[in-house]
Amino acid sequence: MTSTAGHPDAGLQRRTISDEIAVFIVMAIALVIVPLTGLYPYFVMQALCFALFACAFNLFLGYSGLLSFGHAMFLGTAGYICAHAAKVWGFPPELAILTGTAASAVLGLLAGLVAIRRQGIYFAMITLGLAQLMYFFYLQAKFTHGEDGIQGIPQGFLFGFLDLSKSTTLYYVVVAVFLLAFLLIWRIINSPFGEVLKSIRENEQRAISLGYKVDRYKLMAFVLSATLAGLAGALKVIVAQNASLTDVHWSMSGEVVLMVLLGGLGTVYGPVVGAFLVIAMQQYLAGAGQWVVVIQGVIFVVCVLTFRRGIVGEIAHLFKRSL
Amino acid sequence: MSDEFILECSGLTKEFAGFVAVQDVDLQVRRGTIHALIGPNGAGKTTCFNLLTKFLIPTRGQIRYDGNDITALNPADVARLGLVRSFQISAVFPHLTALENVRIALQRQRGESMDFWRSKSVLNSLNHRAHELLDDVGVGAFAGTVAVEMPYGRKRALEIATTLALDPQIMLLDEPMAGIGHEEIDKIAALIKRISAKHTVLMVEHNLNVVADLSDTITVLTRGRVLTEGNYATVSQDARVKEAYLGSAHA
Repeated sequence: MTSTAGHPDAGLQRRTISDEIAVFIVMAIALVIVPLTGLYPYFVMQALCFALFACAFNLFLGYSGLLSFGHAMFLGTAGYICAHAAKVWGFPPELAILTGTAASAVLGLLAGLVAIRRQGIYFAMITLGLAQLMYFFYLQAKFTHGEDGIQGIPQGFLFGFLDLSKSTTLYYVVVAVFLLAFLLIWRIINSPFGEVLKSIRENEQRAISLGYKVDRYKLMAFVLSATLAGLAGALKVIVAQNASLTDVHWSMSGEVVLMVLLGGLGTVYGPVVGAFLVIAMQQYLAGAGQWVVVIQGVIFVVCVLTFRRGIVGEIAHLFKRSL
Repeated sequence: MSDEFILECSGLTKEFAGFVAVQDVDLQVRRGTIHALIGPNGAGKTTCFNLLTKFLIPTRGQIRYDGNDITALNPADVARLGLVRSFQISAVFPHLTALENVRIALQRQRGESMDFWRSKSVLNSLNHRAHELLDDVGVGAFAGTVAVEMPYGRKRALEIATTLALDPQIMLLDEPMAGIGHEEIDKIAALIKRISAKHTVLMVEHNLNVVADLSDTITVLTRGRVLTEGNYATVSQDARVKEAYLGSAHA
């Protein structure tokens, strides 16, 4: 009867981890050599910011099962605060980014406290409502300059010596922040906390019956997700040197859902793939004007109808791997 | 009195929009026994069960556990006090392995597990105990199998192992035999018997025969009320019980 008790590692899903590490190394190398390939670094930096945003969103939706339809408020809030801190208060970039990120963390906590007890569509609607509230606040507030947005944000010197106005330096800083944040998300998913979160996603009633206060775990996941979305937003304004209403608009909340579903919900790499595809579409189809939205819509419908697990999800399923 | 009974309820009532599912139920579960709650379909067994574990809020009545009033507590708090339930539909975490299923329960010993910055490898110290629990209920061979791929009867055993991992004072099993084959029934029955040496068991069962050899006390519920209570010999001879059961068994 004690046949397996001698092997403490037997029974864990180990097969998956080596795949994930291999893909991470490939991704890191690819990002490092981008400037040598002639690919437009500005495009990659923007895509990385959105990829981080999508990963943060996926951390919550993919591992708690709750759809937040207001994540743009975290992207945009951190962006505005970071922009204001850098331009008006004269903060160095690292402090400006931290201040913006912290603002989103606080907003995440407040929004989470209001919304987290709700389920399904009610949760989505409350988060959307709160995000709209924030949108109108930023539309009216003086410091955001309404429709004009905050322009000409100084990029400054990171830690006092890395000149971010040099595009190569900026590029590697963005890559480093993205990779570190990605590793943090990976750790969260593979932590004792992440295990409880997965059990709640798998069977909430059972998790309650084991004595877990599920709302606390969901709230923690929501705050972590909001914070990382904030980091993406703050990084994005340093890259683009402007903060505008686009980032807090509800359509941004919808776009991140598209990125995650396209790439693969609840997969580690899906959001990155989804974000790159959506940003690439917007970049290279820009000439088509309003048709971009229509093309996005068609792709979304095709995705839902034919490959529901998303691109990475389908690949992982095909090869019976977790990616 | 509170020393003799681990779980008591009095005047327990649950109304759903005018429909009274459970009415004035008084129940006393003696420490260290197997107590069965039986009755035909729609008798209110599962509702009663959900009330006792706080998954439903009673309309009226009081629930006492280990001498304390728990009527106002939430289900997670009740579980933390050592009153742990199972579910009618096999309640496992389907896409986790059997080992991981049990480990989630063992993880409760660590406290809240809010540490999102730490690697889950710290949980490996729980693996040995998890394997012991799996072996104990006879599913040691499935440790690395994803729960959804296990045979139904084995899932029930896994669920019991998960519940046992919390070292509960009292286990509430909701139809532990539902949907499993005859041979498995004997295995699960033997398992429950063995568990009862250390833990009080309150089980809901549809089938009187299943609980015959197992239970010290049987409470029969019909139409939301307690019909009678006693050991198997007393209850099975009761004319009202026969009537309630024949009525539904031959329907």
